[in-house]
Amino acid sequence: MHLPALRFGKRYESLDRATLVHFLSGETVAEVSQVGGAMLSRDLQKFSRAARQAILGIEPAEIIKRMQAAGRLYACGTLSNAGSQQSPEDFVKQQSATTGLPESLCRANMQKNLFVLANLDRMLDALSRGLPSEVFWKGYGREGRGVIVSYQAQSPVLGLVLPSNSPGVHTLWLPVIALGIGLVIKPGGQEPWTPYRMTAAMIEAGIPEEAIGLYPGATDVGAAILANCRRSMIFGSARTVEQYRAHPNVQVHGPGLSKIILGDDCVDDWQDYMDVIVESVAANSGRGCINASALFASRHTDEIAAALAARLGPIDVRPPEDPEATLAAFTVQGAAKAIWEQIEVGLKAPGVTHATAGYGNRFVEGERCGWLRPVVVHCSSPEPAIAKAEYMFPFISVVRCPQHDMLAKIGPTLVGTAITNDPVFQSALSDSVDIDRLNLGPIPTTKLDWLQPHEGNIIDFLYRSRALQTPADSPVRVS
Amino acid sequence: MTPDPPPLATHASPSPAFEVADTTAIEKARNDLDAHTVEMMAWHFHPSTGCPFWLHYAQSLPFNPLKDVNRYDDLKKFPPFEDEWLRGGPLQRWVPRAFVDKALYVFETGGTTGVPKSRVACCDFRTDYEQFSATLPEEYFPRGANWLMLGPSGPRRLRLSIEHLAQCRGGISFCIDLDPRWVIKLIQRGWMEHLEAYKQHCIDQAITILEAGHDIRCMFTTPKLLESLALALEKKGTTIRQAGITGIFSGGTEFTPQWTRFAVEELLDGAYMTPTYGNTLMGLAASRPVGPADGYTIAYYAPQPRAVIEVVDCNDTNSIVPYGGTGRVKLTTLTQETFVPGFLERDEGEREQPYKQYPWDGISGVRPFHKLSSAATVGVY
Repeated sequence: MHLPALRFGKRYESLDRATLVHFLSGETVAEVSQVGGAMLSRDLQKFSRAARQAILGIEPAEIIKRMQAAGRLYACGTLSNAGSQQSPEDFVKQQSATTGLPESLCRANMQKNLFVLANLDRMLDALSRGLPSEVFWKGYGREGRGVIVSYQAQSPVLGLVLPSNSPGVHTLWLPVIALGIGLVIKPGGQEPWTPYRMTAAMIEAGIPEEAIGLYPGATDVGAAILANCRRSMIFGSARTVEQYRAHPNVQVHGPGLSKIILGDDCVDDWQDYMDVIVESVAANSGRGCINASALFASRHTDEIAAALAARLGPIDVRPPEDPEATLAAFTVQGAAKAIWEQIEVGLKAPGVTHATAGYGNRFVEGERCGWLRPVVVHCSSPEPAIAKAEYMFPFISVVRCPQHDMLAKIGPTLVGTAITNDPVFQSALSDSVDIDRLNLGPIPTTKLDWLQPHEGNIIDFLYRSRALQTPADSPVRVS
Repeated sequence: MTPDPPPLATHASPSPAFEVADTTAIEKARNDLDAHTVEMMAWHFHPSTGCPFWLHYAQSLPFNPLKDVNRYDDLKKFPPFEDEWLRGGPLQRWVPRAFVDKALYVFETGGTTGVPKSRVACCDFRTDYEQFSATLPEEYFPRGANWLMLGPSGPRRLRLSIEHLAQCRGGISFCIDLDPRWVIKLIQRGWMEHLEAYKQHCIDQAITILEAGHDIRCMFTTPKLLESLALALEKKGTTIRQAGITGIFSGGTEFTPQWTRFAVEELLDGAYMTPTYGNTLMGLAASRPVGPADGYTIAYYAPQPRAVIEVVDCNDTNSIVPYGGTGRVKLTTLTQETFVPGFLERDEGEREQPYKQYPWDGISGVRPFHKLSSAATVGVY
């Protein structure tokens, strides 16, 4: 199978190809055309405005219908993906083969993407707080109270530098076309599957092919996206986050450092929340930024760590096609070993104990890959470096910390699940600017309500709310 | 014991899309190289002409270069050339006695961290570029045309070389500088906005010169700057060709077949481009004509006998890989100004058969040597 670049409606087969192999057998799964950043820069110069215009040529309600149809095709249809017929099961096997994710998790991520597209109308309504979609098409209109509102598109296309680690991140960009904005995508090196299949489904459902560009390639393609798109999204490491933190045109997604906080009023009942904690740590093989990497509590932390270790420690590597498989492989050679060596250094710090030590070796070496079995660490204070660590597998530090110190010590937290009924602590949690998504109550950190914004409202990123005035008697109608 | 000579090209290989040199031409080139090698030994290891470094070094050798080097392959008797020898002073140790009264230049490579490697020069750069000039097609590089040199100058020899190339073809060279050492620092520090601004600064100057009525028709630039210039001109509604450029020569490890295809099909608007591979030590390796019939393969041929490129086994650097095989670039420089035997470059590639115009081995697919590439910042300008 060969995945070509898609240049806003034009298929392009490069002389440079990357070969994707099965992480276990080493067999070739696909070849992916590799293009350069200059090609993308040139195409953006030529095609980006046309990309948005192609979408705006279709009524917004119709675009939503087509996106919903695309979701069904993506999840259930056999699609012509870059010239090859691809069933959902083919897709699952291909994605698993090159990312190391168990097939069951690939299927679960498909359902997540389907859910977002199926509920696109409700999601856009929630994110826009009820604005008629036509406002985004025309740039202005009258909202329910009779007031003129104007939303100005900040870029005709959204640039995406996508990762390879978790197919779950694609939910973030799925609403973009329905907001009247085109897409230019650098797919993840190991996970081109979702962007390609989603693009094929959208085109099949009637989304104009001129609205989407897919440019697989090296880092210069990512750099070209960030340099040329007035709005782009990048997924990367803490270093990437630091590099683009202050850049208004770039929304950067890095480590989430999501956490569970047990309030003093609930901590004595910690056993009641074990299912929530386990799901937060281990769902989707712990790969996501929304997986919990730390739990903060003022007491019972030794017992909590031991109980978590008893639940997570025995989880072992299984073949990817096994329905019971929950651990993903690290497909970059040497990566799992390097991470384990880093963890071993962290475990030597004073006040740190390894709760899963008694459940067998954590690092499992394969011929071409490696796995890390779940690790539970106990920290007697928030000070050790490992208490602030996040890894791409089920890993959690159970941190002993007085409640009155917690909010000063937790640090950046993408999803914070706070289990407390104390109104004073709830209020302090709500005020903490370190926490992005706040779950008040026993909700797994991995359970996202898609009707609420994630890491900022995508509409606020793509559009600027600005003033626009017309003469008092001029009709401004949007529907 | 003298190692076996490298295998010569034969017509038995799978039919290539270019005209392979015939056996007679290959043998003549080989004989010329052997004779030139002996001549260079006589020059570099004779007290009246050689430089202090080699005259002193010869005393530690278990053989006599004047007597025991009778053909090119005898150079393998020399121990591996250490690139550290090229760092630091005094530079005079490299000046052949015959040139001590001449006007001298020093050209440097690298230099992002630590002391750069340097080569002392007198006329070699002019000779190299005069020879290269003879390979340029007149149709695209007309004599008398003015040139634009858009690339690294500073301590490198490129600016003076391009200027000499333009002059010996009857033209004038306009120069725009780019400091690659600063570019590497910008990349390593992640200052991408500064990088973009610096690149734009260079491109703005280039467009100003191109629009100033200087009748510039030929250009040297790097792949990255060529891309940026083409995009900037397109933004203004014009093209490289419409800006007056008919011939471009360019160089760098980014010259992949795909990049060349993209440039030819989409950036150049009919302007002719010839890739080159070169550095301060070697001079300039010209390429076979590049085009779709050959899958845009870019094969370089060193300016033999003044310099020789061999594609050698990564683990046994005295062993040449078979045609089509992958190996590391081993460079030997044999001019009166410079003798460098068996310098292992930081590049690798595939061994190519001799071409009609260059009846000796070439190299294609040049890229950073895989065992060193993780530490290198490449494609910076």
